Amino acid sequence: MSLLTRNKAPKLAEPNAGRKLFGSRGATITVWIIAIFWTIPTLGLFTTSFRRKSDISATGWWNLFIHPHLTLGNYSAIFSSSTVSGIPNGIMPYVINSFVITIPAVIFPITLATMAAYCLAWVKFRGSDAVFYGIFALQIVPIQVALVPLLNLFTGGVHIGSVTLVPALHIAGKFLGIWVPHTMFALPLAIYLLHNFISSLPRDLMEAANVDGASHFMIFRRIVLPLSVPAIAAFTIFQFLWVWNDLLVALTFTGGTEGIDPLNNKLAGLAGTWGSHWELLTSSAFVTILVPLVVFFSLQRYFVRGLLAGSVK
Amino acid sequence: MSISKKGLLAGVATATIALVATFVAPAAYAGTSAAACANVGSGYAVQKGKTVEVFTSVVGDELTRYAKASADFTACTGIKINWNGSDQFEAQLPVRVAGGTAPDLALVPQPGLIAQMVATGQAVPAPSAVVNNINRYWSKSWRNLGSVGGRFYAAPNSANLKSLVWYSPKQFAKYGYTVPTTWADMFTQSDKMAAAGQTAWCGGIGSGGATGWPSTDWLEEVVVREAGATVYNNWIAHKKGAYFSDAPIIHAMNTVWGWMGNSKYVGKVSTIATTSFQDAVTGIPSGGCMQLQQASFIAASLPKGSVVSPTGDAWVYYLPGINPAVTTPVEGGGEFYLAFNSNKATVEVQTFLSTPQWAVSRIKAAGSNGGWLSANSGVPAATYSNPLDALSAKYLSDSHSTFVFDASDAMPAAIGNGAEWTGFTDWFANGTPVKTVAAKIDAAWPSASN
Amino acid sequence: MPSFWSENLPKLGQMFAAIAIFLTVLAVIFFIAGKANGKKQRPIAIVVFLGPALILLLFGLLGPAIRTLLLSFKGSASKHWVGFNNYQWLFTDPSMRIVLRNTVFWILLTPIVTTGLGLLLAILLDRMRRESVAKSLIFMPMAISFVGASIVWEFVYKFANPNQPQVGLMSSIAHHLGFEPPNWLLTQPLNTFLLMVVFVWSQTGFAMVILSAAIKNVPADIMEASSLDGATGWRLFRGITFPMVRSTFIVVLATMVVATLKLFDIVRASTGGNFGTSVLANEMYSETFIRYDAGRGAAMAIVLFLLVIPVLVYNIMNLRRERTIA
Repeated sequence: MSLLTRNKAPKLAEPNAGRKLFGSRGATITVWIIAIFWTIPTLGLFTTSFRRKSDISATGWWNLFIHPHLTLGNYSAIFSSSTVSGIPNGIMPYVINSFVITIPAVIFPITLATMAAYCLAWVKFRGSDAVFYGIFALQIVPIQVALVPLLNLFTGGVHIGSVTLVPALHIAGKFLGIWVPHTMFALPLAIYLLHNFISSLPRDLMEAANVDGASHFMIFRRIVLPLSVPAIAAFTIFQFLWVWNDLLVALTFTGGTEGIDPLNNKLAGLAGTWGSHWELLTSSAFVTILVPLVVFFSLQRYFVRGLLAGSVK
Repeated sequence: MSISKKGLLAGVATATIALVATFVAPAAYAGTSAAACANVGSGYAVQKGKTVEVFTSVVGDELTRYAKASADFTACTGIKINWNGSDQFEAQLPVRVAGGTAPDLALVPQPGLIAQMVATGQAVPAPSAVVNNINRYWSKSWRNLGSVGGRFYAAPNSANLKSLVWYSPKQFAKYGYTVPTTWADMFTQSDKMAAAGQTAWCGGIGSGGATGWPSTDWLEEVVVREAGATVYNNWIAHKKGAYFSDAPIIHAMNTVWGWMGNSKYVGKVSTIATTSFQDAVTGIPSGGCMQLQQASFIAASLPKGSVVSPTGDAWVYYLPGINPAVTTPVEGGGEFYLAFNSNKATVEVQTFLSTPQWAVSRIKAAGSNGGWLSANSGVPAATYSNPLDALSAKYLSDSHSTFVFDASDAMPAAIGNGAEWTGFTDWFANGTPVKTVAAKIDAAWPSASN
Repeated sequence: MPSFWSENLPKLGQMFAAIAIFLTVLAVIFFIAGKANGKKQRPIAIVVFLGPALILLLFGLLGPAIRTLLLSFKGSASKHWVGFNNYQWLFTDPSMRIVLRNTVFWILLTPIVTTGLGLLLAILLDRMRRESVAKSLIFMPMAISFVGASIVWEFVYKFANPNQPQVGLMSSIAHHLGFEPPNWLLTQPLNTFLLMVVFVWSQTGFAMVILSAAIKNVPADIMEASSLDGATGWRLFRGITFPMVRSTFIVVLATMVVATLKLFDIVRASTGGNFGTSVLANEMYSETFIRYDAGRGAAMAIVLFLLVIPVLVYNIMNLRRERTIA
């Protein structure tokens, strides 16, 4: 059982072991050049969010560095409770809604996808490959075509003729009615990515556990889950991002119910009826990316070398 | 911000059963307020704790004004109105109606979409109280716009005047230009501007997925000015003799090309296709370009600090007529309230929204900002505190004017939101020949029933 | 502000309750199912592990996909059967030809560029000290919502008439370099490539993060052993690193193909599909939600589905080959 209890501390690699490709300095320089190019457009967004409306359309954003006319007005317009735009109580209730929508909509699909991916990778059965490819192919189904059938499922159930297959679920307009579609839509990609990772876990490890008489449930909990942490962390980041930035699903499945809209839907309205308030758009775009960035930073440390050190594929 | 321990415990306790129990806690309601009822009018049934959702494409501070304007109605009847705004309204409404989560009321900006929603069988005809208000306060053309197959469904909300030209009084004064009152004068003066090296007309039709729509307005203005309302309405209905490829429309398109497609007046024509319609107006106060044909709402896109007044940085004049046989041609747009059920609370709200009392309180909610006007004849002219609105209301309520509704909003979506937008964008971007553009749009016209 | 909390605490409570119920139910099922032994163990495990996901996929995606297939043979209001009319229109309409051509361009170019760049970055980052700052900067575009991204790039590609100030970055640079900037988004076929740049910009972070995780997973002793053997540079990459992350590379590539096919917001926000830049997914959106032609929209969704089949087949072949090696 020693394999299952993981009493051996994972051996972490030396920071520079085997990293001589291109040389470290060349790598650093190349990465930084790309990083700077990648940041220029974002910088434009960031600086614009501090500029006055009249300046935005008169001169390029880089002029901020030559003639600094900074204003925090755009940000205070978003956070203030009275003046702005359909948000009488400030943005905090919507921030909470966003969290309430996003956290379960990340946990549910990742848990179910990890389970399914393990099953498809290691508990083979006749047709399991076909199921896997079918799931892969479902990625291409555009969310837009699923909106009406799903709403029908929630409001009226599923019937074939007079036979009721699924009764009306009555979850449209509730948080559950947003979590479920997000979970459904996330599954194909999540299963696909996690399957790739989980199927590459060392065969010896699995076989040894099987010989030890461990059940699939035990293998899943004791081996697969801990070893999949980097992949799960990576997918958590993306799923968090997609749900946090989602407009469509929340918009459709809140069904006009007051008080459950996420932040993003409220901020989309800030642009004004005629979409002419760039200064507010840029600042709100920055407010919405803050939280995903924090998630990224905090999960980044799970991408570490060496969880599999000592075991050979 | 502090919270008592007891409250926290209670919160957690309620939270644990939250998944089982549904959370619809009706707000405690005190009672009807006599003062509020005085502003609303009489005859409404009190429906305490009821909420009616109005789904709309209006968002932002404009939406807040709707809530403000309906506060008295809620105080009087106990019916809360949930003004639910989304910039994805046009895409979302059909989804929600097909999915079984239709709103109580939808504020639809296109008559074409009303007809389509009626075709789903989910929309309900207007109740008799609304019909009475319509007959009493609105002209026949507005009544027709809210009717489908001879039945009246949707009462108008606001109206807007499109037949306006933006200019800068300060710039005009500086160069000695005057406000033209005839089509010919307008172009004589534009020639002067061109000769002086100025850009006589601003233009921008960029609008993301809706790119092209401002140019459809230009053509509509010219069609009604040259050919009159009958041809205009036949054009909307796609009747023979008024197809895009037929003489009157081709003629109008050539007129538009001599105006907004004329590099003498607009500079590089193709730039119009990539300039956003909001950016088009930013050159007005500075004289970067001198005139812009656009509806009154574009005032919101003027640079901050611009004074909108007859002597200020920006103001409007009425786009003059062309054919003397067509008296005071006016093109307008508007939205309509369409109901998806006949619940008592829905009917009460729908009725209230068709009254002059509603229009007056909505105009007051806008205050001096203005930007909201009604074609309801029960609204006293003095209600408008914003001079621009007062001017627009004058043209919209003038019984001698030739009023037509925005054609692209009334045509089938495949044309008004599709082939016409893309065709015109291509026209301005590449200078495609007028006949080719027209033929393409006609070819895209959908067959009667699908 | 007691009312703030009395309104929002229940929401948070609902969230925690939902997570707690979800995890408890799973734990109980695992516990009970784990008791099973002998012959029943395998089938029970398959049902428990795979069942929930399959049920959700059945209702959430497979059902709607079949419905879409049916709708694609119906007219704009889904009232009458029209046979293959929608498909015929899709493949014969001249403007649709351009759309299909663009879609093919996108599939051929963007996935490979994005994934390749992501791999390059992942390798280079692995060789860097203090990688996290640079990594975050490259990742950042992924966190920007599409509304934000469209504004960001408007500031880059914007073009104004020569007598107006150029507030677009590229126009301004061109102006300072002394030549007249073209109207970027209007110039075909340049505009399609400019839009591809936006896609690559926003998605490279995805490829980088996944591939970086895969590289970190290459056992350190293998790398050590081979570098002791004298393998360096390109040889190390070709001989060791790439084979170890090959399957992940293909997975990311396939994901990018799917993302490219589904892409519509970049095109919608910057050109609205005009000036010869439209792609199939954008037209699908327009037909369904702007022009309200459900039949044509559905037909386009089906064609998108067919386009992904070659990727699917390649994946199947690849997985088979890996099995035979292992």
